[in-house]
This record gives sequence, structure tokens and C-alpha cells, in this order.
Amino acid sequence: MALLQINNMSHRFGGLCALNNFGVTLEPGDFMGLIGPNGAGKTTVFNLVSGFYQPSDGEILYKGKTLAGLKPHKVTSLGIARTFQNIRLWKDMSVLDNIRIAQHHNLGYSLLDSFMRTKRYINCEKQIKKNSIDILEALDLIKYADDLPDNLPYGIQRRVEIARALSLKPDLLMLDEPAAGLSSADVQDLITLIKWIHKEFNITIWMIEHQMVVVMSLCSIIKVIDFGATIAQGTPEQIQKNPEVIKAYLGDEAI
Amino acid sequence: MKKNSVPILLTALLALLTGLAYFEIIDLYIQSVIMFIGINIILASSLNIVNGYMGEFSCGHAAFMAVGAYTASIINVALFTNDKVFGPAVLSSELALYCFPFVLIISGLVAAVAGLMIAIPSFKTRGDYLAIITIAANFIVTSTIINISSIGGARGFMGMKKIVFAMEDVVDLPWMLVWVCLSTFTCIWIIRRFVSSTYGKGIIAINNDEIAAEMMGVNTNRMKLVAFMLSSGLAGVAGALFAHILGYINPGSFGILKSTECLVMVYLGGMGSLSGSVIAAIVFTLLIEGLRFIIPAIDSGLHMIAVLPDSYHLSQVWKWVIIPLVLVLLMQFKPEGIMGNRELSDIFPRLKKFYKFK
Amino acid sequence: MTASIIQNIFNALQWGSFYSLIALGYTLVYGVLLLINFAHGDIFMVGAYISFFVATFLLGGYAFGPPFGLPGWMVLGLTIPLTMILTSVVGVTLERVAYRPLRRKGANRLYVVITALMCGIILENGNLAILGASRKSYPELVDKVVYTFGSITVTNLKIGVILSSILVFAILQFIITKTKIGMAMRAISYDKFAVPLMGIPIDTIIVFTFVLGSSLAGFAGILFALSYPVLDPFMGALIGWKAFIAAVVGGIGDIRGAFLGGFLLGFVEIGVVAFFPSTYRDLIAFTILLIILCIKPTGLFGVAKTTKV
Repeated sequence: MALLQINNMSHRFGGLCALNNFGVTLEPGDFMGLIGPNGAGKTTVFNLVSGFYQPSDGEILYKGKTLAGLKPHKVTSLGIARTFQNIRLWKDMSVLDNIRIAQHHNLGYSLLDSFMRTKRYINCEKQIKKNSIDILEALDLIKYADDLPDNLPYGIQRRVEIARALSLKPDLLMLDEPAAGLSSADVQDLITLIKWIHKEFNITIWMIEHQMVVVMSLCSIIKVIDFGATIAQGTPEQIQKNPEVIKAYLGDEAI
Repeated sequence: MKKNSVPILLTALLALLTGLAYFEIIDLYIQSVIMFIGINIILASSLNIVNGYMGEFSCGHAAFMAVGAYTASIINVALFTNDKVFGPAVLSSELALYCFPFVLIISGLVAAVAGLMIAIPSFKTRGDYLAIITIAANFIVTSTIINISSIGGARGFMGMKKIVFAMEDVVDLPWMLVWVCLSTFTCIWIIRRFVSSTYGKGIIAINNDEIAAEMMGVNTNRMKLVAFMLSSGLAGVAGALFAHILGYINPGSFGILKSTECLVMVYLGGMGSLSGSVIAAIVFTLLIEGLRFIIPAIDSGLHMIAVLPDSYHLSQVWKWVIIPLVLVLLMQFKPEGIMGNRELSDIFPRLKKFYKFK
Repeated sequence: MTASIIQNIFNALQWGSFYSLIALGYTLVYGVLLLINFAHGDIFMVGAYISFFVATFLLGGYAFGPPFGLPGWMVLGLTIPLTMILTSVVGVTLERVAYRPLRRKGANRLYVVITALMCGIILENGNLAILGASRKSYPELVDKVVYTFGSITVTNLKIGVILSSILVFAILQFIITKTKIGMAMRAISYDKFAVPLMGIPIDTIIVFTFVLGSSLAGFAGILFALSYPVLDPFMGALIGWKAFIAAVVGGIGDIRGAFLGGFLLGFVEIGVVAFFPSTYRDLIAFTILLIILCIKPTGLFGVAKTTKV
């Protein structure tokens, strides 16, 4: 069974059709890229899957079940985690707390436990802290655990955001332009990191990215959209040769 | 030792205050000042949950105080005293003492339910629009009370002094002082534990970035519900205590002005700082009470150096000119409040050696 | 029956005019600074008092004033501009002394709001402390003329209030949409950072906004004092809060919204009083406003801000 299957999904903002008849299938373990020019509707796809918008048409099936009508936190708790184009870490909290709160959907204790500091509360908090430290150690971020996100270099903030998404223990990780704004050295590190995450955590990754070096070296399948419509899908080699794709990116004259 | 230092200190403080009051070393006026400090601490720290930690702007805190005050007063007067409206006492007045904590809890719960009035709109509304809803809620609660004549309407409601006397008849202690202290400690404890748990930190995540919070699995609607209800519930407890200290309440005491006082204490202390709220509540109460004595002193001083004409005397009205003026100046010099969003132990890290407060 | 309805419509329009004029001041400042200027209701009160002193002065009520009293119409003609100027001086002073330093320091927006609240309390109680608790009764500047149409009676004052508030709104609408400084005001509400880069001095615009808003409040103060000639220091508090709510219901930041919101509140209040005991006025009026805000959270004219993810 496909991990994520989207059929005929459309989304309109008022009169503007941001996404038209979008369909995709992700099998467990896939690494798919989603590319397209600015304003093509890539982030809209992610927003629809994560429940921030509800599609005007079509259906989204995750592990065979529909996501229609679910609030974002519910979708997240089913195992779909994401990062954001412009980093959205919680700025008043340390890196460790950022990771801890991402386990909010699965705390295991109630409000009263937190007032009473019951055994259950203490055990659960211990477990949450351990999970968080494990993630930070795995991503080599442990030395920043007590820092505020704003004080960290941009590349590290990106990493923290990926760590936060991973701490949700997702089956599907959606990365929205993880390499945006990074220096070329940082980009190389990021490629290594994502490759390692894909293998180590054995998860499915779906990535929006503009930098071709990242897309080409990571993705096994690439989907190209423009003006809300799918224009191509295939392996990196196929996409590079596809005339439609070249047209979308460079214009008619390029051919 | 480090683990228990705070409970020991607080128990000692409670015993000391009770003892001083019992042997009449501190008079009734000082006792009432201490009690108002306690109530203001509850009000400020509970409002801080919503306005500080969650970053909303609720300006109707007094509404929930009113709900709690009226609930507790009505329950107590109806159950334990002979009243014209509510008929003869249902229970023996000796039980008032043992029932008082439960009455406090019930009035907190009722106030928490009243908090739904702003919690539910907050799912869709944020910021200034929510601020309006809270102001409107404040007006709605006070004018509802005005229109219920069986609880006195605009004239107010009384009879709570009898409950206080009934409690003192059972065991001769300054009971209101004890209840205020216990409630204040419990309130701070609850809030501290709430905001330091991963669960409660969800509201800080909402403050920083609500969308990210929702997408990272925080059920933002439920967290808002919890925050608003906890905040208004504690305000209800403060109201219940307030009603029994004064022995008389009327809707006018829970208007926008009271809400403004709560706001001032929160922002004076610092948004998202519990120790800030406590300090601000103490400073604010002492300032109000202190001016009672300072104004006549200034008045006679100014007459002595003949700045003021003989016909004019500085009245207590000047209190409400001086207090806001002081606060405006304070905010000019410390635009993030006394503590910012830090706690006492962040400013004085050495304190951490002596206590662990969780 | 129809007569009483029409009578009530006039009353609603009159109260709506007061609310609208004050709401416009709230909304102007909010549109430019995103600041809820909670002192605005008290600026309205200050405006009423200033007009009282100016009018009494011109009527020859003070020893140091002109020895002869001017006729009523001339006094009114002078009182209106003088009051508007003096009230706007008060408003701009508040901005300069209390709000601007905080803004410069980059304080949280809510600290400015609290400062505004405090300034309002200072104005109220300062007035009470200096002038005393005795209420001032406003001199009669306009001879009351009562027009009777069948069983409907309308005073010239009521008609004057309604017409002048509509006129003021029309002028304001012109300033906002057609003049350069008005356009700059609207531009700031969209992008606070780009406007200075375009060579528009932001402080000038903020001062201009406060001048406009406060002089409107002063004008409302005169109209109110003419209609209800008893002044007290707390007269601005409740009206101010209500006008603010009206501004938000209209959609704060949009002057059409504030204007209509004010009239809406006027109609709701008079409507409630027509059917229920008058103690229910606030309760029902606020409940209706709350329901409107719950259904349309950004007000009637407000546009929901979309967040980009």
C-alpha cells in the first residue's frame, strides 16, 4: 500500500486556482523531489497535506485513510512532519525545549499530572527529555541544546528545524526548501545529513527545493509543477532532458 | 534541603503571619494589606498565563473575578446563614470552615467555565480583536449582575462577614489570612508547574508561532482552552477571597478599572515572568496603600513651603494620578517590565543553590 | 408608533454621531501605528472641558477675558476651531511624551497600550483632582429651536450634530483618499518600513494622525456638551470604550468601518432601550457586538490578514 496517495487534488484561493488536478503516489522509502518555478504551488501542496488548508477538490490518502477534515496537529500525530521555507522555530525557547514541545501530541500525561507531579509525569518527562537528547546527539546539535535559536547560525537553525520534525517520529518527512539561504559548504553538509537521515531513520522524504545540486543528488523521483499543474515526473536524468521542464524554467526561447 | 527549602520557607511565613495576627501584633489594617497583596498576586500571575506566556491581550480579567466572588458569596450565604432572599441556613454554620476550601474550588470552576466565553472566540480570533471580546465580556458580566435583582443588582451583595465570624467561632484564628496565604501559594505552585511542564510550554509555543505549534502537533485549540480556563479559574478564586475579606461586593468593583489594575501588574512585572508578577503585585499594592499616607504628608509639606494656596488640599484623588504617572515613568525606563521574561533565578543564578522550585 | 420610531431613529443617529466621531480617532491611530490609544475617550472628555473653558472665556465669564460677551453664534464659531486646535495639542503631547519614546526603544506594542491606558487614567483623575468633583454645566450657545412635524419633534441641535458628523466624515474621507499625506497614512498601515524609504517622514505622519484624531475627539466633545450640557471627568471613559468597540466591529483601521460601526452601536443601544428596561442597554448591546465579532472576527470592513507558511 502506498504511504501517501493524492488523487485529483485542486485548491483555489478565491478565483485563483493555485493547484489543479494534482496527483502523486509515495511508496514507503521513496525520496521524492517537488520542483517548479516560484509560485508554482509547491508549498500549497505541503500545506494541503499537512492540513493547513483543506483541498477544494480531490482526496489525500495516508496509509489508505483519508486526511480530509483533519486539523494540522492531528495530521502530524499520524506521522507526517514538515519543515518550513522560512524557519519557524520558537524563538523564546532553547533548542532542547523546541525539540521537547514537538512531542506534545504524545506526552502520556494529563494536566492534573503536571500539577501533581505524579510518577507518571516524571517518567514521561524523563522519556521526552531522553528522546530529545537522542535526536540532538544524532544530528550533532547537542552542544547547542541550551541556546536560543535566534543566536545560532542560519545553517544550524535549519538543522534544528529538521531535528524538531524528526522528533515527531514521522513516517513521512516533508522538507520545504531546506537549502534556501545556505552557503555552498553548508549545502554539502545538508545533503550528507539528509541522505543519512533517509537511510538511518528509514523514512519517506518529500522535498521542495530550488537548488538543482540538492535535488539531483538526493531524489530518486522528481515531480515538476508549474502554475498549479503537473508538467513532468521521472528520474533526475529524465527530468533534466524534459523539454517541458526546460520551457517552464527558462521560457520558450531556450529550446 | 534544597528540594524542600521553598515549602519550609512558605510554611514558616504562614505560621509567622498567622501568629502575628493572632496575638494582634499586626493590626487589622496591616492584615488586610497582606491579604490584598495575596489576592493581587493571584490576579497578576493568573493573568500572566494568558497575557504573558500565551501573548494574548485579555483586558477583562475582573469579569472572572466577579464570577468567582458572586459564586462563593451566594453559596456561603445561602448554605450557612439566614438570608432574606435565600431563606434559612441549610447547614450548621460550624461547617462553613470545613466547606470553605471546597467553596473556593467550586467558585474557581464556575469562573473557569465563564472563561469559555473568551476561550472559544480565541480559536478564530487573535490579538486586538480578542482584546475587544474580553472587554465586551467584562461589560457583559458586570451588567448581567446589575440586572439580577435577587443578588442585589447594582446595590451589591453582602452577608459574607457572617461566614468569616462563623469560621472564627469554630477555631479562633485569622482565617481569611490563612486562606489567602494558602491560595496564593497554591496558585503560584500550580502556575509554576504548569508553565515548566512540556505540556504547559505548548502555550509559549503558541505565543512564539501559532502555526508552527499547530503543525508540530500541539493541539492549539485545547491549549488555549486550558490556558484561558486556568487563568479565569484562578481569578475566580481570587474573587471569592476578595468577597469574603470585604464582606460586601458590588458589580462596580469588578469593572474595567479592576481589569486595568490586573493588566498593569502583569506588564509591570514582565510578560511571562512569574516572579515578576509576584514582585509587581507586591510593589503595586504597597504603592497604593503607601500613598494613603504619603499624600497628606506631601500636602502639608507643600503648604509649609507655601506652594499651594490655603484653600486647596491634595486629596486622595491624587493617588490615581500619581500611580499611573509612576507606572508610565517606570515603563519609559524599563520598557520590558521589572523582570522581562526572566525569573528570579535567571537574574541571580546563585539562588539556584538554595532552592529548587517546581 | 411610526412617530416614535422616527423619533428613535433621530436619537440613534445623534448617539451614533458621537460614537462615530470618537471611533474615527481610534481607527486613525490604529491604522497608522497599530496602537489602541486607550486614552482617546479621555481626550474626548478633555475636548469637552476645553470647549467649556473657551466658551465661558469668550462669553466674558472670566475676569481676564474680554469685558463684553460675544453673541452665542460667534462664540460657537470661535469655540469649534479653538477647541479642535487645543485638543489636538493635548493628543500630540501624549504622543510625544509617552508613546514615542517607548516606540523608539522598541518596546512591546502592548506596553504602549498600557501606557495609553495609564495616560487616560491620569487625565480623568487629574481633572477630578484639579477641578474638583462639582460638575460643570455648559453655557447655552445655540438657541434651541424645536421643529415639529406632526407628532415628531426634532431640535435644531440634533440635526446639527448629525449633519456635522457626516460632513466631518466626508472631509476626512477626502483627506485620507485624495491628499498626499492621507495616502502616506494608508501606506504606513500596509508597510511601516517601506514608507520611510520612500522619503516620507514617518514622524510627521504620526503627528498628523494624532492631530486629526484628537481634533475629531475635541469636535465630538463640543457636540456632546452642547447636547448634554453637564460635564464630569469620567464622561469619556464609558463612551470611549464603547466607541472603541464600535470601531472594531466596523473593522478597525478602516475609517468607513469606524463611522458605520459608531452608528450601528447607536442604533443597537437606542433599539434596546426602546424595548427593554434601560439597565439592559449595555448587556444586550455588548452581547450583539460580541456575536458580530464571533461571526466575523475582523469586523464588518476589516480584511483578514493571511499568513504565509
